Amino acid sequence: MNEIIESVKNLSIGFNSQKGKQISILRNVSTNIKKGETVGIVGESGSGKSTLALAMMGYIKQGLFPLKGECLFKSEDLLKMSSRQLEKIRGRKIAMIPQNAGQALTPNLKIGYQIDEALKLHTDLNKTERDKKISELLNKVRLPSPETMAFRYPHELSGGQQQRVAVAMALAGKPDLLLLDEPTTGLDVTTQAHVLELLRFIAKDTGTSMIYVSHDLGAIAQVSDRIVVMYAGEIVLEGPARKILKEPIHPYTYGLLKSIPKLSLAGLPASMPGSQPQPGSINEGCSFYDRCNLANDNCKKNSPDLEHIKELDTNVRCFNYKELINQNNNLQTSITKKSNNSEANEVLKLKDVSISYAKQKFFDQLLNKISDQNPTVKDINIDIKKGETIALVGESGSGKSTILKSIAGLLKTKDGQIKFEKDRILSSDLKKRNPNDLRAIQLIFQNPDESLNPNHTVEQILSQPLKLYFNLSGDELKKNIIDLLKKVRLGEFYMSRYPRQLSGGEKQRVAVARAFAAKPDIILCDEVTSALDVSVQAAVLNLLQQLKEDLGTTYVFVSHDLAVVRAISDRVAVLYQGRLCEIGPSQNVYKFPSHPYTEVLLGAVLEPDPDIKPKLVAEDIVEEKPPEKGCSFQGRCPRKIGDICNSEVPPWQIGENGNAIRCHINIDELASLQQ
Amino acid sequence: MENNLITEDKQKNKLEKAFEILKTMASKPSGLIGLTIVLFHVVLALISPYIVPYDYKAISPNTMLLAPSAEHWFGTDSLGRDVFTRTILGGRTALTVTFFGSLIALLWGGLLGIFCGLVGGKIDDVVMRVVDAFLSIPWILAMLLIVSLLGTSTEVLIPALGFFYGKGIVRVARAATHDVIAKDFIVSARARGHSNMSIIWNEIIPNVRDAILVEGAMRWSWMLLGFSSLSFLGFGVSPPTPDWGLMISNARGLMSFAYWSVIAPIVGLSSLIIGINLTADAFAKALGIDRSTKAPV
Repeated sequence: MNEIIESVKNLSIGFNSQKGKQISILRNVSTNIKKGETVGIVGESGSGKSTLALAMMGYIKQGLFPLKGECLFKSEDLLKMSSRQLEKIRGRKIAMIPQNAGQALTPNLKIGYQIDEALKLHTDLNKTERDKKISELLNKVRLPSPETMAFRYPHELSGGQQQRVAVAMALAGKPDLLLLDEPTTGLDVTTQAHVLELLRFIAKDTGTSMIYVSHDLGAIAQVSDRIVVMYAGEIVLEGPARKILKEPIHPYTYGLLKSIPKLSLAGLPASMPGSQPQPGSINEGCSFYDRCNLANDNCKKNSPDLEHIKELDTNVRCFNYKELINQNNNLQTSITKKSNNSEANEVLKLKDVSISYAKQKFFDQLLNKISDQNPTVKDINIDIKKGETIALVGESGSGKSTILKSIAGLLKTKDGQIKFEKDRILSSDLKKRNPNDLRAIQLIFQNPDESLNPNHTVEQILSQPLKLYFNLSGDELKKNIIDLLKKVRLGEFYMSRYPRQLSGGEKQRVAVARAFAAKPDIILCDEVTSALDVSVQAAVLNLLQQLKEDLGTTYVFVSHDLAVVRAISDRVAVLYQGRLCEIGPSQNVYKFPSHPYTEVLLGAVLEPDPDIKPKLVAEDIVEEKPPEKGCSFQGRCPRKIGDICNSEVPPWQIGENGNAIRCHINIDELASLQQ
Repeated sequence: MENNLITEDKQKNKLEKAFEILKTMASKPSGLIGLTIVLFHVVLALISPYIVPYDYKAISPNTMLLAPSAEHWFGTDSLGRDVFTRTILGGRTALTVTFFGSLIALLWGGLLGIFCGLVGGKIDDVVMRVVDAFLSIPWILAMLLIVSLLGTSTEVLIPALGFFYGKGIVRVARAATHDVIAKDFIVSARARGHSNMSIIWNEIIPNVRDAILVEGAMRWSWMLLGFSSLSFLGFGVSPPTPDWGLMISNARGLMSFAYWSVIAPIVGLSSLIIGINLTADAFAKALGIDRSTKAPV
């Protein structure tokens, strides 16, 4: 069991900058992978984790080259091999599972054929043996009806199923080492939990070693035996998974764990200041010096070495790790947020809102109506009070972003009304809304790379709403922009920067500043933190909360991440297939009894704790269309009681602690079932 | 992680940026060659009237069809005119007409394309079908019709060429706009309630400008060829104005024994076209637009 199959020794990988300087992305990385072991490599974007993982299969991205060190696979250096030699190892000895299987599978070949190709290449089986092997593999990755599955095209499968096919292909060559680069990142929460469970099973079943690369400590915690934490191209902490996650003795890991929102905790996670340094910008001292609260003068001048601590079986790169050894019991803390006054006025009311994407027929176009019996979003009734944060939660396809768009006026509603400030009905046509209503509702998007014009400076970006709504110009405009930047904790010198010169967190701050420039009453946040790194996410959440407390803004917060929602929201609405399932104060939605769908979602959340396993209560089927009659969740419900679920829309029931659940099962019965 | 790895702290103004682009273009041999050729032709067009050794329209029976010599570097043509003189003067009209023609093509094609891409729907459908209809008419026939109705003056040629070469730009500009309008910053501007004009001006143009400029540069070389074809057919500039297309047309019958009078204008024309093409490609690369992946429609 202790046989080492791959070992990386003092590996540095870098590139030449435009000015001819040599810049390293990986610095002096050494680690060993033992047989049958799953190693999680965790780090934020730009930490070098993918570069390390790819180097472990002898692959180095174009433009990069190894500066020193070696990657020994069964005592042969992969980095010195010719491409012929590597061909024999890749796929057969080391296989890789990519992040986005949908893009990694050839779209116009049947999946059986694609697996067959892998088998032909890596095994000596004949045709009939291979056919048998294909269904065996598809069975192993738990795809339904393997025989017919082989004759389907990748686009006919859901994201989770595609990822399973990718796993089957990787297993075709019976590899000794499996490399997984963020294999579950693009998947829905329930699907992610299922895929991780499968991977864990395969690791145990086949005895394959795995390298699991991810930014998500929750996913890492579920699969890894050992964890390697990367920061700025260095290993900062390495050790057994449980030790790393429960008693992290490196300040970065400690901060990272604290900045993850947890289901069990109300309130916002603590955030780390700053962001990861760019490669090449560290000349001396510890790379974490700027963000570390244990740092002293020694850390500024000397960079610490990776030190092995025998009693903990851990390697750590820090001078002051001892200070952290006894501190770890307070990992479970959070910043409490002020809750708003629930007696406040209603600011936005969605009344019987339905939205349809169906194409209008010619007659309907003439009559200007939409006739769709089964619209994407149906019967949404939500009252939003001034100053509260209401979250819309659901998996992809749940209609949460659709609702947000129609509040913003970007999508026409089919039926129902959106009322703003008491009883003023907002037109569902953007052009018919008056400028003041437009100003009052602002949007923040998921990906700041797309929501900021790449050819505008920060000054130009922020001046757009100020010019449009307040007709500012000259010095006054400039003063307002500086004020806005201060509000989101950015300095004045950011004004002349372009988005590409900012880090992800800084970009999102600029996007937040642009939304606040309009002095809005309501801000619609569309997955605003899901493109950000964990430590940055916590900072942005804290910023949003702070701004809300200062300015009394109302947030409508859309997210798929239940833990993030738990941290920021006052009230939560759970959506499935465009229908409301449950709505209530967030502390109650996260308690039982809850709607079966909420239960499924909560069960699938991955906590960064190896002792909390996800509870998988429902299949991860993807439904393309809401059912025409009955309960929206009938297709996947683990607690379905019978025909009534298929034929009748369930009634609203209000639990004793104020959350409303839409289910045919009596709420008290539901509570006892879920205990 | 690749390009924005090292962020430049220093901010550059527009002039410095233009200089930077030129420097990048000249850093590759093909770009350098292209730029040199174009620069050479432009300078030549500006100074040629002052440096020509002979009068371009001086006809002389004594000097008919002389082979290249020390006196007449490129020989003489069938009317005894100096081919060298006429060749270095021959690019002036072509360059002026096509430069302004390309500008017109860029302006109307670019703006219409952006507008159609932004508004979409029925207006877009109608406009694009009209553009398609025009694209299906052989341009040279249409040009001949216009020229024979309105004459061959530059005031007619510039807008006519500008119109016919702008149709293709409409499609490119529309496609480039489609790439941009799916982005959230346009959605954001829409949600804020900006007008279409403001969205075009502030959000779209800065992002499609490069693609359209590169397309315009390519169209310029095509238009040059087109203009010379017109002259060749006798519908461009009128004699005795020196012009490459016209010179090739006049001398082609004598090609078998007086090759010099046709080779010189051919070299002039093709070197300029190659130069513009190389420059446009280098320009595209310097701006980060890959013409191989974003082929014009």
